[in-house]
Amino acid sequence: MSRTITIEPVTRIEGHARISLQLDDQGEVADARFHLTQFRGFEKFCEGRPYREMPALTARTCGICPVSHLLASNKACDHLLSVSIPPAAERLRRVMNLAQLAQSHALSFFHLSSPDLLLGWDADPASRNIFGVMRQHPELARDGIRLRQIGQQIIETLGGKKIHPTWVVPGGVSEPLGAEQRDAILGLLPEGLEIAKRTYDLYKGLLPRFRDEATRFGNFPTLFLSLVSPEGRLEHYDGLLRVKDAEGRILEDQVPPHEYPRLIGEAVEDFSYMKFPYYKPHGYPQGIYRVGPLARLNNADACGTPYADVALAEFRMLQESGPVSSSFHYHYARLVEIIYALEMMERLLRHPEILDTRVRARARSNRDEGIGVAEAPRGTLMHHYRIDETGLITWVDLVIATGHNNLAMNQSIRQVAAAYVDGNSLNEGMLNRVEAVIRCYDPCLSCASHAVGQMPLVIELRDQRERLLDRLERTCQS
Amino acid sequence: MPGPASQPKVRVVTFRVDDQDLSAREDETLIEVCREHRIPIPSLCYLEGLSAWGGCRLCMVEIVGQPRLAAACSTRVVEGMEVHTDTERLRRYRRTLVELLFAERAHVCSVCVSNGHCELQTLAQRCGVDHMRMPRRAVSYPVDSSHEMFRVDHDRCILCTRCVRVCDEIEGAHTWDVMGRGSDCRVITDMAQPWAESETCTSCGKCVQVCPTGALVKQGTSVGEMVKDQHFLPILARRRHPR
Repeated sequence: MSRTITIEPVTRIEGHARISLQLDDQGEVADARFHLTQFRGFEKFCEGRPYREMPALTARTCGICPVSHLLASNKACDHLLSVSIPPAAERLRRVMNLAQLAQSHALSFFHLSSPDLLLGWDADPASRNIFGVMRQHPELARDGIRLRQIGQQIIETLGGKKIHPTWVVPGGVSEPLGAEQRDAILGLLPEGLEIAKRTYDLYKGLLPRFRDEATRFGNFPTLFLSLVSPEGRLEHYDGLLRVKDAEGRILEDQVPPHEYPRLIGEAVEDFSYMKFPYYKPHGYPQGIYRVGPLARLNNADACGTPYADVALAEFRMLQESGPVSSSFHYHYARLVEIIYALEMMERLLRHPEILDTRVRARARSNRDEGIGVAEAPRGTLMHHYRIDETGLITWVDLVIATGHNNLAMNQSIRQVAAAYVDGNSLNEGMLNRVEAVIRCYDPCLSCASHAVGQMPLVIELRDQRERLLDRLERTCQS
Repeated sequence: MPGPASQPKVRVVTFRVDDQDLSAREDETLIEVCREHRIPIPSLCYLEGLSAWGGCRLCMVEIVGQPRLAAACSTRVVEGMEVHTDTERLRRYRRTLVELLFAERAHVCSVCVSNGHCELQTLAQRCGVDHMRMPRRAVSYPVDSSHEMFRVDHDRCILCTRCVRVCDEIEGAHTWDVMGRGSDCRVITDMAQPWAESETCTSCGKCVQVCPTGALVKQGTSVGEMVKDQHFLPILARRRHPR
């Protein structure tokens, strides 16, 4: 008799999702699916709005990575204006993007994933959260909170607000950077870099413990998509698209971002509100690819900053040859990127022209279609707009970073469920591993991130006639 | 229009506002006198320099001995009257009126070009509108972005008619007017044609400056960048219509 296990909601991710595991007659996992259960409708309700409102409107997609949407949207608007923005504005936008990368990666690693890594997959769910980490590893928890605070403070110093700043505008930024603000940010960076390096070393020491997970947590060949700089280096703000295959062969390189529709198609499945992007030349679903920190490090020839390049060399040693294929190593890649972000911010802020007061190009719309692509913490983010002759939006397509990983996330939970879940004797730790592989991707399913420990988790085992066979419950913690 | 050759003699009257003894010419309105004496009375349709319209009802005051509330912008001062401008009843009414304005159309401050410089937003903060007690009407109104310099977003219009009055009384173009009834009511340019096709509009921008919200704005502005300047209005009004 085949049965279905449902994990709902998936905890310690940003947003609302459900996982269903289909068991066969022998109680082994036959199929697994990741369902996005929320519908937002941004692409529809933005229609009819003036294009200059798009950065603020689309930034509301997310409260964790609003800066990514702000940047991709403003880049799409820059494209509509047909301007190249002043160099100081570009550097400032880069700093803000890297600050967000650092704080978002810190959230993913310390707040959401470190409970599994430090306390164990089978630890009591009541304490398997950031508060449990605070009790057992107070230094690490403090580091995580401080690193996130540093990232948020930099965003606030630049944009006036920690969340949803409006300082980035079509054509550049609204205000130049003052010397005092620059020095304030520079003063935060050394402490951040110390924390990042300390955490990186700690994680390297823990890694041998996770040999089993590393081989089974989303470890399969896929393509990798990311931006790289014109020189092939790690890139988060601008640059060109690169696609690498599982053997490390470059399939596409130096592709201007506005040509993304040539590379990427979007499929729809009836079990999820999230679209299923795929690499067009390989078709659906063979065109499975991954984005985000793992893909960026796999695709980049180098980081371009000293410590991050050392870490990148160590990252490459995780795999004997070719790109690192296990999604478990998203965690590793995230830590390398935090180091890179802090080093690169320092370099950008020490540039002699960073205080230049020319930070905005002014123009009106000069074309009817605009595409903006940037690397969000979770991967390549694409905003694509069409406007009418008066500048009102007629069509919107947002290809969200988490969406790119949809096929890979589904395949990952199939792999983990097949390896760890035994339908004949369910336990919570098994299912936590299924959730944990999703956390590797740090999916950002909306701006809603629920308070840790507040969320009830119910796992029900039902047969085909929906009869309840088994039930596990994690109750609300006050 | 020039006034008559000999002005009738205007009397001065004395009265009380919020326990303060005041005197003023009998042809002055309550709101004029209160503004002169820095007694705060909220309003969204009244603007010094334009004729009073009495549409927004936010300047309502209590007059002792009168059971009905009176709009301060449309009530002349009278000898011996006693007025209260800030009572519990008035605060409750004003808050409800502001909430109804928010419920009527899509006033989403966080993405509005007038965020931080909006009279409706400021008033909502002063009235303590931290949530809405009535459901929003989820009806979408169009944006007319056809004009080269300006844009009208009917979703953010509160129908105060300042634009209609400034265009007629100060600029003399009468491009703006009001069309429709109830929830279909909206401001229009000329014969309800796109703004860019208006033959009477002089593109002077006075309507944009007097608009209290983000309904009438300059093109090319991003969130929070539309700051309005209304200082020109009393000066122009005095030059056009010397008392």
